[in-house]
Amino acid sequence: MIRSVIVSGLLACFSTALAAQTAEIKIGYLRSAEPKTALSLVEVPAQNDGVAGAQLAIEDNNTTGQFLKQRSSLEEVKLTQDDPAAATLALADRGIAFVIADLPPDALLKAADAGRSRDVIFLNAGATDDRLREEDCRANVIHTAPTRSMLADGLAQYLVGKKWRRWLLVVGSHAEDKRYADALRRAAGRFGARIVEERTFEDAGGGRRTDSGVVQIQQQMPVLTQQAPAYDILVAADESEVFAGYFPYRTWDPRPVAGSAGLVPTSWDASFDQWGALQLQNRFVRQFSRRMTARDTQAWTAVRILGESAARTRSADPKTIFDFIKGPDFNVAAFKGQRLTLRDWNLQLRQPILLTDARTIVSVSPQEGFLHQVSALDTLGYDRPESKCKLK
Amino acid sequence: MWRCSWLLIAALAATASTHAAADTAYVSNEKSNTISVIDTDKLQVVRTIKVGQRPRGILVTKDKKYILVCVGDDDAIQMIDTNTYKIVGTLPSGPDPELFVDHPNGKLLYVANEDSNMVTIIDIEKRTRLGEVQVGVEPEGMGISPDGKILAATSETTNMAHFIDTATRAIIANVLVDARPRYAEFKKDGSELWVSAEIGGTVSVIDPARYDVIKKITFEIPGLRSEAIQPVGIRITTDGKTAFIALGPANRIAVVDAASYKVQKYLLVGHRVWQLAFTPNGKYLFTTNGLSNDVSVIDVASLRVVKTIQVGEQPWGVFIAEP
Repeated sequence: MIRSVIVSGLLACFSTALAAQTAEIKIGYLRSAEPKTALSLVEVPAQNDGVAGAQLAIEDNNTTGQFLKQRSSLEEVKLTQDDPAAATLALADRGIAFVIADLPPDALLKAADAGRSRDVIFLNAGATDDRLREEDCRANVIHTAPTRSMLADGLAQYLVGKKWRRWLLVVGSHAEDKRYADALRRAAGRFGARIVEERTFEDAGGGRRTDSGVVQIQQQMPVLTQQAPAYDILVAADESEVFAGYFPYRTWDPRPVAGSAGLVPTSWDASFDQWGALQLQNRFVRQFSRRMTARDTQAWTAVRILGESAARTRSADPKTIFDFIKGPDFNVAAFKGQRLTLRDWNLQLRQPILLTDARTIVSVSPQEGFLHQVSALDTLGYDRPESKCKLK
Repeated sequence: MWRCSWLLIAALAATASTHAAADTAYVSNEKSNTISVIDTDKLQVVRTIKVGQRPRGILVTKDKKYILVCVGDDDAIQMIDTNTYKIVGTLPSGPDPELFVDHPNGKLLYVANEDSNMVTIIDIEKRTRLGEVQVGVEPEGMGISPDGKILAATSETTNMAHFIDTATRAIIANVLVDARPRYAEFKKDGSELWVSAEIGGTVSVIDPARYDVIKKITFEIPGLRSEAIQPVGIRITTDGKTAFIALGPANRIAVVDAASYKVQKYLLVGHRVWQLAFTPNGKYLFTTNGLSNDVSVIDVASLRVVKTIQVGEQPWGVFIAEP
């Protein structure tokens, strides 16, 4: 009997020792199952758009983690008809305290509010809506996706720098298009551009892929853009992917295009190779056999924020990690040429904005010469004094 | 008459010594795929050597026979004869070599393969690969202890300095440093390892016996945002008293008292300064200024920048060898 007591005692010691070996950081990925679409064949997102970036970051986390006895894991959940609140509670039941979300704004808020009662922390890696960082901000939501206002400001700074100040603004008929147009209008006012005229492109429905290709588009686009007041650049607000891609080289006047086509502001592009980004691009292509997108990078950054914070605090405890993220020592390296920090008033990740023509990076904002007392990155988007956010 | 000959011989001897051959600085130009060869007496480029794609890490072997340069986009290290300046061979570096360091015995080369998470070990004479060590994500910095027993490798995305036992080729310790560590340099007496964190903006001084960070050096330059201060290359004088740190887009070299770890001075050089090298006699420090396509020459005794030399596009690495 004494022998069995000793043996079970030893086993108990051994198993606690094993349990103390590797700390687990469980991360969820919540996304809507609806496929996203694009006007251009080469821009149609992959099935794993976004989540692939998170998966690569799990591997990068675990390379550091092997030296620190920490392990990150990812569980993906695709919402079809399901309730985002129920899905969140189910993740919480499985011990998941951090959820990367790529959801429309209302679904994200439902999920975040349900998660609050279970101390679940969300990282918004998809929605660009300013209201999620302003009147609808939440104390348990961190944002790695840029806002529409940050994207519009990044573009406007460059256009104003080029002295292309007269904009012809063409807006789509859907709600998201109008929100993008609001951000572009605000950016124009903020940085000194003038919208000479605004036109609407009504979505009359119909498919994007047809065999007849460009013949009709070639005739329609000049007609849509003729008789405009003198302008330097056509700025298109078309998040719904209905028309903007048809404007370059088809406008009545020979003018460049920006916004949803032409010169596009974004958090990442496959052509980006500055500041060591080539290394991340190569790792991604090797693993997923496709190029990395903005959604992928936003998810990668979210998972890296968690891994980095776990490494710095030597802890897998969610509260310890979240406190560190909100603290003064937090920053993350994300191949953007400077360390990225969180805006403490609304938990938005400060970041440069890339301007791309989908083949090269034309420029990176903030542009030289736009000054700020605290951080040049705060010239993009809504700044602290303008903020409507009260974190609760 | 005898006195005249002695005077003549003495005069000739004196002339011979003042015309002794100068040291040579080799600068790798990442974009133009060349090496600029600089005479360190004339402080001029005397020759340009065409090499493979994306040359970065560069050194001259201890027997002075070869210039070795990492040509990352060719996945190789090229060997250049120091007499003829011709490319005479390649070393099997593993994929995408960025930076390397040679063992004090001159026989082995340790190479950081930036794209895979590896350090490759090469026998220089036999030109063969002896093995690999798996490290963190995106290795770059490579420092070797003066006794050759410990190799320090930094991983840029893992944010660590890995200590590798060169005999067993096993990692014996890992030290977390600040974000994006790019360079590791041991003091000549082996008592400290200095590691730069480019995005973190600091330099960690590590005790290599206890694997402890004993000091984190920070930098402050009036009128510059702290994010613009991005330390990369580090060189410490042979007497261990002064460290020079390249600060990237801050366009300056920090001069640090290596006893108190306090910054004494900032020296303005060219744009985006990354790597440094002393002339063997310690008189000058050369810096590579990647975005102004030039090299700055600092007089170490007076701590003044005395010359700027135009080189190729995006100068990256620099190594200075005796003739």
